[in-house]
Amino acid sequence: MAEKKKLSIIVFSGDYDKAFAAFTIASGAAALDYEVNLFFTFFGLNIIKKRRGRWPLGKGFRARFFGFLLGGRNVLPLSRLNFAGLSPILLGNLAKKRKVAGVDELIDASIKLGVNFYACETAGVILGLEKKDFIPEVQKIIGIASFLKLQEGGATLFI
Amino acid sequence: MSRAQLDITAEHCPMTFVKTKFALSKLRAGDILEVLLTEGEPLENVPRSASEQGYSVLSIERVDENIHKIVIQK
Repeated sequence: MAEKKKLSIIVFSGDYDKAFAAFTIASGAAALDYEVNLFFTFFGLNIIKKRRGRWPLGKGFRARFFGFLLGGRNVLPLSRLNFAGLSPILLGNLAKKRKVAGVDELIDASIKLGVNFYACETAGVILGLEKKDFIPEVQKIIGIASFLKLQEGGATLFI
Repeated sequence: MSRAQLDITAEHCPMTFVKTKFALSKLRAGDILEVLLTEGEPLENVPRSASEQGYSVLSIERVDENIHKIVIQK
């Protein structure tokens, strides 16, 4: 059998629509037998926080305040026309009505299909986040050198 | 040898592949999976990806307007 195909995604954005795109690609590729590596950094870390709402996560007052503002998976904003969080709810409902998988369903599918989750070390330091603040599927906190090694020989996207 | 059915006619990308993959993973080698799917993207790509992953696509037949049944052996 040919060597396994590989796709890696740097998930920089914490926007709802971009998370939708990242996990559509990730779960689709994993279902097609790709090895998939997701490297979450900066705003992308919001998607993999254990606390899904607004919560003062992190170490130190400033990090906790910023963590509260950033929020988790349930309060991801839309990259355009967010309207104070109303649009992501509308979009989620539309997807459901049209029987298209939403972000939560795509994340669950990605987990079941064995997509690899990694969190960025540096962004974690800035935001005061540790491994215990993320969902247990986050295997490791890594730096760019480790990520570059992981994505070697495959295609890599930045979202 | 068991036979399982899967209807993905109401699904859209990427859940068409994802649900097929889940259904196949529950089967043992030699088992059969019958998948109902629609024309276009699912019909073009679900059988192709199944054979790429080493499964045998035994047949593809039209069962209704716009709906096809593919039979995959694990």
